[in-house]
Amino acid sequence: MQGHLGTRIAQIIPTLLLVSVLVFCLQQLMPGDPAMVLAGEERGDPQVLAQIRAELWLDRPLPVQYLHWIGNVARGDLGYSWRIRQPVSTLIATKLPVTLQLGAMAFAFAVLIGVPAGIVAAVQRNRFWDYVANAVGLAGLSTPTFWLGIMMILLVSVDLGWLPPSGYVPLTEDWRQSLATTIMPAFVLGNAIAAILMRHTRAAMLTALDQDYVRTARAKGLRESGVVLRHALRNALIPVVTLGALELGTLLSGAVLTEQVFSIPGFGKMIVDAVFNRDYPVVQGVVLVTAFLYVVLNLLADILYVVINPRLRGS
Amino acid sequence: MMRRLLLALCLVAAIPAVVSAQTLRIALREDADLLDPTLARTYVGRIVFAGLCDKLFDLNEKLEIVPQLATGYEWADPVTLIIHLRSGVKFHDGEVLDAAAVKYTFERGLTFPGSFRRSEIASVDHVEVVDPATVKIVLKSPTSPLLAQLTDRAGMILPPKATEAAGKDFSRAPVCSGPFRFVERVAQDRVVLDRFADYWDAKDIHFDRVIYQPMPDSAVLLANLRTGAIDLAERVLPSDIAQVKSDPRLRIVTSPALGFESITFNVGNGDRALRPLGQNKLLRQAFEAAIDRQALVNVVFNGMFTPTAQAVSAASPFYIESIPPPGRDLAKAKALVKASGAPLPIAVEMTVPNTPDRAQEAEVIQAMVKEAGFDVKLNLVEFAASLQVVTRGDFEAYLSGWSGRADPDGNMFGFLTTGYAQNDGHYSNPAVDKALTDARHGVDLASRRDDYEAALRVLRDDLPVIYLFNPVNIVGMSAKLTGFRAVPDGMIRLQGLAEN
Repeated sequence: MQGHLGTRIAQIIPTLLLVSVLVFCLQQLMPGDPAMVLAGEERGDPQVLAQIRAELWLDRPLPVQYLHWIGNVARGDLGYSWRIRQPVSTLIATKLPVTLQLGAMAFAFAVLIGVPAGIVAAVQRNRFWDYVANAVGLAGLSTPTFWLGIMMILLVSVDLGWLPPSGYVPLTEDWRQSLATTIMPAFVLGNAIAAILMRHTRAAMLTALDQDYVRTARAKGLRESGVVLRHALRNALIPVVTLGALELGTLLSGAVLTEQVFSIPGFGKMIVDAVFNRDYPVVQGVVLVTAFLYVVLNLLADILYVVINPRLRGS
Repeated sequence: MMRRLLLALCLVAAIPAVVSAQTLRIALREDADLLDPTLARTYVGRIVFAGLCDKLFDLNEKLEIVPQLATGYEWADPVTLIIHLRSGVKFHDGEVLDAAAVKYTFERGLTFPGSFRRSEIASVDHVEVVDPATVKIVLKSPTSPLLAQLTDRAGMILPPKATEAAGKDFSRAPVCSGPFRFVERVAQDRVVLDRFADYWDAKDIHFDRVIYQPMPDSAVLLANLRTGAIDLAERVLPSDIAQVKSDPRLRIVTSPALGFESITFNVGNGDRALRPLGQNKLLRQAFEAAIDRQALVNVVFNGMFTPTAQAVSAASPFYIESIPPPGRDLAKAKALVKASGAPLPIAVEMTVPNTPDRAQEAEVIQAMVKEAGFDVKLNLVEFAASLQVVTRGDFEAYLSGWSGRADPDGNMFGFLTTGYAQNDGHYSNPAVDKALTDARHGVDLASRRDDYEAALRVLRDDLPVIYLFNPVNIVGMSAKLTGFRAVPDGMIRLQGLAEN
């Protein structure tokens, strides 16, 4: 197992290098010239365009631009935003905690709603609570984040006046306000994942509950709660954890929409704005950091398998 | 004891009200770009500058140029502008604003790498300090639009010491002479400004803090306005006006905007100009005759915007009343198509930036001109991509808008003069070139107006551009706010703005 983890860790750098090449090349395929976007209403002036291109190295060959950028990245310098002239690393350092907080809260929502609902649905198979959980799950899956966000703002903020409609307050500044501004977007973001987790937990639990060891446990006279939670759930959780790790990616991409709807200055909003403004250093920096996070989270999921399933420890 | 407790509770309850009364929250439709008047490019950036940086001159509600940091000006001759400066004005860092600072600002605008003010003040040959309160601007040739440029970023005076020390990083902590000084900026979240105690017009400032927050989504913006999370929102959508008006805590203020919406035809930029509409003005005239501007505005913009056939708004002294927007005339359109001899249907590809309102606008136009025999295919592209498409001439017709400038030169010269920057369709007509150049160099309003009318008459026949309508600035705000000045440039001036 340690060897496996070692290999996974060693794969991080080549993976990130590949991502860096991909993102660098892919954004060249994006239509629209960044110099022209930056030039704004001066875009027709060739002098202005030439000046911008020279300043941003856009007039050099692509490989030279890439090596210049990746060389700086290796030294810890992600460059600066072309649009607002702030260092990309500073932008990431201020935005990442926002999205991490939102993501963590959304994931907590998803797990707290999805897993218990899945267990209840499996145990109550084809009975009232199973139908309720399935209906709610289906509704959660088929509700677009954007629509749900706007509806919640209208209901909870405009009509009821319970929570602020948008914006963000850092945890360190005022934790109550921070929770007040993130609870609604976290719920919206976690909603679809909760539905997926519910359905998978239900399926995995149904399989587990049909296994011989569960029958044996019941035959031994164990209480039903013990059978479900200690025997069936523990085995059923393995595919659920895999799915959870995969859904973390959904969480990051879902944050793009949720942050737009709730005007939360996080990673998702930053990358959308950067793409529309052709702010390449920001796009590159954000994608690279996101890829890094994704790789690390998957590594953590690998470690978690071992914790949950002792049989994997020897492999 | 009980009474004291109640009093304490009342005081606690009153605190948020006091705090909100001192802070003004303004929602912007996008995040601003660089907060450096020399390098800034965006419309929303200009709104933030309205709180941060005073200008030599300002515009009033009638679009007249009025002094701000200047107290007056005179033309010593057609190429020499003498500006008298207000005394006792300080920058946010305590430096005194004088003629040397004005000279420094002009020189920075002309020479700083990446300056976006260079083309605006390109007519300036040099600037001389006459005395600390007087500055002489010497032009290369007579240029009337210069004064209007000085009502915007080119006229925002910067402190030489602080600006020089900050160099390219000036935008991270800008120092100016406006009513509010810079506190912090969190990208995509907020720009915070605090009241500047030494502001020369301090009596007109009634808030301690201003927070600008970008809110691109109109539904979110509306929700924030209705909950009181923001006090004022710029560019409220026409479709949202009814909701704002139905809320007694809110009100709407409108003013005619300086910009326009138009369809530009590719008449000379590469191979795509060789298509029927690029080559035959009769077809362009037919295309226009088939469009019902009023219906377009009614359907897409709730009838809020004003149909036009000109590049300036009806509020401008340069608006030519004798050239009203023509109504729809389908018979004329069909006759023109027939006269052109072009086989039906006439295929046209119209490039459209893919915002929801523009897409809808394009669909309405598509349906209208179809009846005259035009088969319009819409090419919806993202805005940044559309810029590249039109600049390299890869378009036949381009539906777009322009935020507008106070002087008509900023709405016409670059777009219609041969070889100039924003002339995407590469239109070229010596008569228009001459009229627009004469208007640029003309010194009195009447003769300049005649020049613009002459250009417009030729343009009405050539139709390289169909002007569709002038937008309206729609500002939604808390009904408690008073003193808002609806100036056509759409800026939010903080002088005089107060909360009841």
